[in-house]
Amino acid sequence: MSPASQSARDLMRRDRAFDFSSQQRAWLQFKESMRRDRQFDFMVNVKDLELDISHGPILYIEDLNVSFDGFKAIDHLNFYVDAGELRCVIGPNGAGKTTMMDIITGKTRPDSGSVYFGQKIDLLRLSEPEIAEIGIGRKFQKPTVFEHHTVFENLELAMAGDKRVFPTLFARLSGEQRERIDEVLGIIGLGEQAQREAGALSHGQKQWLEIGMLLMQNPLLLLVDEPVAGMTHQEMDRTAELLLSLQGKHSVVVVEHDMDFVRSIARRVTVLHQGTVLAEGSMEQVQNDPRVVEVYLGE
Amino acid sequence: MGLIRALRGDTGGQLMLGLLLLVAVLVPVLNLLVPETSPWHLSTFTVTLLGKYLTYALLAVAVDLVWGYLGILSLGHGAFFALGGYAMGMYLMRQIGDRGVYGDPVLPDFMVFLNWKELPWFWHGFDQFWFAMLMVLLVPGLLAFVFGWLAFRSRVTGVYLSIITQALTYALMLAFFRNEMGFGGNNGLTDFKDILGFDLQADTTRVALFLASALALALGYLACRWIVTSRLGRVAVAIRDAEARTRFIGYRVDRVKLAIWTFSAMLAGVAGALYVPQVGIINPGEFAPLNSIELVVWVAVGGRATLYGAVVGAVLVNYGKTYFTGAFPEAWLFALGGLFVLVTLLLPRGIAGLFRLRLRRRTEAPAVREARA
Repeated sequence: MSPASQSARDLMRRDRAFDFSSQQRAWLQFKESMRRDRQFDFMVNVKDLELDISHGPILYIEDLNVSFDGFKAIDHLNFYVDAGELRCVIGPNGAGKTTMMDIITGKTRPDSGSVYFGQKIDLLRLSEPEIAEIGIGRKFQKPTVFEHHTVFENLELAMAGDKRVFPTLFARLSGEQRERIDEVLGIIGLGEQAQREAGALSHGQKQWLEIGMLLMQNPLLLLVDEPVAGMTHQEMDRTAELLLSLQGKHSVVVVEHDMDFVRSIARRVTVLHQGTVLAEGSMEQVQNDPRVVEVYLGE
Repeated sequence: MGLIRALRGDTGGQLMLGLLLLVAVLVPVLNLLVPETSPWHLSTFTVTLLGKYLTYALLAVAVDLVWGYLGILSLGHGAFFALGGYAMGMYLMRQIGDRGVYGDPVLPDFMVFLNWKELPWFWHGFDQFWFAMLMVLLVPGLLAFVFGWLAFRSRVTGVYLSIITQALTYALMLAFFRNEMGFGGNNGLTDFKDILGFDLQADTTRVALFLASALALALGYLACRWIVTSRLGRVAVAIRDAEARTRFIGYRVDRVKLAIWTFSAMLAGVAGALYVPQVGIINPGEFAPLNSIELVVWVAVGGRATLYGAVVGAVLVNYGKTYFTGAFPEAWLFALGGLFVLVTLLLPRGIAGLFRLRLRRRTEAPAVREARA
């Protein structure tokens, strides 16, 4: 890309970022908050929402835009994930990978665009806990397990179920639930550590526990943010096995920097750059795409 | 079933409850059955003092529930304690009837003094014991609910939350100091005569109040243990350690906080209601921010997140306070400050931390010996 066209694009981007004055923005936010269908959030019963994946994709992101203080983090992004697919998302720093995850899980609200889970569920209308409840789980970059609880208790807390105050107060583990916890302990290979405090686990083990906590929620879609950062090679291989074993049963989106790791698990790879999709396809196709090479290796 | 779960593995709590039971048996015997001439006789003054410590202990348990297990450092729990105390005080005032200085059959003395002609609306019903007891729970509970609903929904946490709890109790203190509020202004409520028809000065009434305090402490302790050993208790600790993560897993953090916070405030209200008939007065001084800070020191000294540590801390610090304010009146605040500094530096887990260390050493000892052999 020539320097001239680069600066022209910068200018355009700046224009777009400033088309709302702060007053207009406040007015829009006010209008948004007064939308009648948003007034009674608690009246939307999440359990009544039905996931429709009859057309294939489980996640539809269309024409999504987000900017932070004039910086366009997501720029007209379109992104689809099929049910049961294991998808890797790569891209340089600032490409918008984490922001995209934030929007899917309801942590960040986009300026415009749509995000649908299946064909019918509009994720932009749901709160963070509701999104977790309908079956979207996320593993954060930094593993955050509950350090003062045992591995078993961590999984118990994460278990899908009635999470309102009083049912939780009177909750007791059924045999079935206990079996499910044991099963997940097996999948993540922490059976021996079940009664250890999670704070005492190694970094890799914490990452697996975190994936286990996701699995306890029986998610239909798993978002996994940099699962192998800081892992040894052995741990990476173990993590690759773990993620591959989830394929088919869950749809998984993995964001990762480590190319070797991505190569070892990916069937389809999406390359993000400056908040938009640069390329999509098999690892081989993507690696040979000149635009991807340019982004990754510089001009 | 729930009781077994609540006490399983809680050695400190079992010891504390055992000790409480022992005291609850010994104190009435030593006070009522042992003749006054005997050196074993326990004076009624001491009985009342012990009863007061027990109400403080219950208050400390309520604070430990929200501080130790939920991570909310409340610097305003004295407010809930005082509100429970005022509800009880209003009942005791209505019990005085026409035996007051001015002899008005309905109006308490301070209202006659202020030239009020009739009872303010919020004093109605307090001549009924059951109504007053209901208010002991409802008034602190409702205040905590409204306050918590606003604070937790807006995700106010940490030091900001501590500061507004402090502001809450300070604001209530200023309000209760005003005569127009209708709670006796700076004199508060006092000159109580009897409770449920029993003379408040009688030894037997004092012992009964002491026993009621012991019972309330035991039940309050068990209720808190039951909560912290439930899954909700584990969710509470999860919120304390990683709030955002807990929210993300799908728990409504604000509601969990609100429920436990409100329960804690009601417990503090009960403690206040038992405190007032024993000390014989309630005034706006109980809302003083310093009180709320002091009770956080009790919990810190005893050891956070153990519950029984809060009981130990409250009793020990208050015994120290009784002793120091008698022996060296000027030194007490220095002693309290010094104690807090020392505990923070040397005993971050409080007295309960020492106890747990010992316990662990004892259970680990055989393994260590085996390893050495």
